[in-house]
Amino acid sequence: MAFENLSEKLNHIFRGLRGKGKLSEADVRSALREVKMALLEADVNFRVVKQFIGSVQERAVGSEVMNGLNPGQQVIKIVDEELTKLMGSEMTEISFQPGKAITVIMMCGLQGAGKTTTAAKIAAKVTKKGKKPLLAALDVYRPAAIRQLQVNGEKVGVSVFSMGDDHRPADIARAALEHAQKNHFDVVILDTAGRLQIDDEMMQELVDIKEAVDVHQTLLVVDAMTGQEAVNVAESFDQRVGIDGVILTKLDGDTRGGAALSIKAVTGKPILFVGMGEKLEDLEPFYPDRMAGRILGMGDVLTLIDKAQANLTAEDEEKSRDMASRVRKGKFDFNDYLESMKQMRRMGGLGSILGMMPGMGISREELEGQIDEKKIAHLEAMVLSMTPEERANPKLLNPQRKYRIARGSGNDIASVNRFIKQFEQMQKMMKQMGGLGGRKKHGSPFGGFGGFGGAGRKGGFPF
Amino acid sequence: MPEEGTEKSRKKGFFSRLFSGLTKSRNSIGSGIERAFTSYDRIDEDFYEDLEETMIMGDIGIKATDQIMEKLRAQVKEQKIKDPGLCKGLLIHNIKEQMAVDAHAYDFEHGPSVVLVIGVNGVGKTTSVGKLAGIYRDEGKKVIIAAADTFRAAANEQLSAWAQRAGVDMIGAPEGSDPASVLFDAVQAAKARHADILLVDTAGRLHNKKNLMAELGKIDRVISREWPECMRENLIVLDGTTGQNALAQAREFNGAAHLTGIILTKMDGTAKGGIAIAIQSELGIPVKFIGVGEKMDDLQRFQPDDYVDALFGVGETQT
Ligand SMILES: Nc1nc2c(ncn2[C@@H]2O[C@H](COP(=O)(O)OP(=O)(O)OP(=O)(O)O)[C@@H](O)[C@H]2O)c(=O)[nH]1
Ligand SMILES: [Mg+2]
Repeated sequence: MAFENLSEKLNHIFRGLRGKGKLSEADVRSALREVKMALLEADVNFRVVKQFIGSVQERAVGSEVMNGLNPGQQVIKIVDEELTKLMGSEMTEISFQPGKAITVIMMCGLQGAGKTTTAAKIAAKVTKKGKKPLLAALDVYRPAAIRQLQVNGEKVGVSVFSMGDDHRPADIARAALEHAQKNHFDVVILDTAGRLQIDDEMMQELVDIKEAVDVHQTLLVVDAMTGQEAVNVAESFDQRVGIDGVILTKLDGDTRGGAALSIKAVTGKPILFVGMGEKLEDLEPFYPDRMAGRILGMGDVLTLIDKAQANLTAEDEEKSRDMASRVRKGKFDFNDYLESMKQMRRMGGLGSILGMMPGMGISREELEGQIDEKKIAHLEAMVLSMTPEERANPKLLNPQRKYRIARGSGNDIASVNRFIKQFEQMQKMMKQMGGLGGRKKHGSPFGGFGGFGGAGRKGGFPF
Repeated sequence: MPEEGTEKSRKKGFFSRLFSGLTKSRNSIGSGIERAFTSYDRIDEDFYEDLEETMIMGDIGIKATDQIMEKLRAQVKEQKIKDPGLCKGLLIHNIKEQMAVDAHAYDFEHGPSVVLVIGVNGVGKTTSVGKLAGIYRDEGKKVIIAAADTFRAAANEQLSAWAQRAGVDMIGAPEGSDPASVLFDAVQAAKARHADILLVDTAGRLHNKKNLMAELGKIDRVISREWPECMRENLIVLDGTTGQNALAQAREFNGAAHLTGIILTKMDGTAKGGIAIAIQSELGIPVKFIGVGEKMDDLQRFQPDDYVDALFGVGETQT
């Protein structure tokens, strides 16, 4: 069974379960197994995952399932909160030295992480803040690294200090600082060569630079696609050189970026920026909560949960529970249909209400592109043209009544017939489904609910 | 490059280099190697879990790990294996077999051939092209380099430094030129000068950028069109520290320009590059070369045995 994302998997696990009072240990354990897989797939370090799951387990077992959420969502909510807590709850910025004092920033990291490009991006950024930065070329090893920094410096209109490639980086740093003092620069950004964290001499070189000049911010640049190795890298750089913050690059790719979590977990240092492209303005502040959603692979689901909680009244909650039980008994009528449409609108999403109904996990992907708002409006108009009795008892709908409904709602009779027929099929299917206790293959549990997201499938609703 | 003193230590073989990495990281929380498998006296769930952990920590990924473990469990049952040591040996054997390189994998080296080197940003494309140029040049082959990264700042200068080191010709164009036109020129030059191997360095591109991948497809087609009779080799460069995303990279690049092999770089660190195993199982693309440093001779033909042994920490006590 291939589930697109974690929320689908969790909904699958909890399908058939009602929104019961407390999360049991068994529920939590099976849900967290999926969370664990999701985190590993996102490249979060194995040890970090283990620790994390342990702490979530403790908190989740026995916790009250909140109004408006199903057990799966409740688990996601706890996981998300814990993740966000771990990621750091707020944005952090580069801190500058007070007054006219020069702030020295040193970039460091593995080969190919994106230090040189990021150095230029930061220079551009601080220029906008009214600072006068100087870029210093300390990568004396990689061919044309100095030239690359010069070209980038030129592009963003920032001066580049270099002494060629036959001086020690610590000496270049010292000279760069002198140059900055004389020429009234107030930020110096040191671009160093990429190095492996196990290369002792190269690591010592960074220590030497820090001894030669006062470095105020040592920033570790990490490729967002890094795998399990991220903890070794971050830990070593932090222990050996000392880092103050992290920059995550190449986040414009499609990686889930679990490395961010690993690094945060082992160093506790904040992530300051994320690189979002090759252009020199593509550097953005880091939002811990968004990253948490990305790592879980379900950013938008989380917003949905928030919304559901904010907008769902206790009365709605009661109604939706009631509706769910009617659905299971196949007693779902046009009044329920109207009610669900109303709730849906209030919460701004079709997925949320379906997600809340036990056993009705629904995939956003499947919904997207298949819900035609106009069509829904047409269908709603038909229901509104029914009398309350007709809504409660669809069996009353004889040809004359259907004709009236068609006229009243501005639809042709064929559409009305199709709608009612599909509604009946759906009722039948729901009855069967309820009887089976949700023992259904993926792809049809929501198909049952009027084929939301199942256009083209047998028995689906025409939206 | 680092000072002379490190030169000697860097000259050590690939195998010992992998392990020097491991020893140094022994105390870090990320190293899963220190756990002694020998402490198991029977095959139980803990033992299996331990193997799984090693594989996940090596970036093989859950899916490929599951497949490998499923096969192993079946074999253990079928062959009635009781000894954990034998079981682990079987696992290692299985993966080595899977990662074996085909006998014809290096046929392109006889030329005339075009080797297109592609991948995401910063993985080591330019360096690998430089190293390959040095290797083939040392074998007495006529090599030409095409500088088709016309995008990144100073990409040209970087590659031309490598071309000089290797002592080979380079065909380039100013920043901002059309890379496909560089290829056109380079292919003509390769034909005219009777080159054995034309090595093509390309700009780094993330695999989810549609237009950049389309550009790559165009480059690939220009080569086929302009030199249909030459042998073709499309190598994706993967950074050994990359996690699960490398699979998506291989998939997408393979879609844009049919891949014939992988260059796995930065294997001189402590990363295991296990994702190559997942890629081999899903896409059948073999690793052909391995990068173990920043110097000219730090590129080697892929040895499945060394690679898999390093992944499982075999022989670690020897160092
Ligand atoms: N330690 C180590 N470093 C490597 C290896 N291969 C490449 N590098 C380093 O990785 C960095 C990036 O390499 P490049 O060759 O510039 O990578 P690229 O893929 O051409 O990069 P872009 O063209 O910018 O996308 C350089 O500092 C290289 O020296 C390797 O096998 N081991
Ligand atoms: Mg390059």
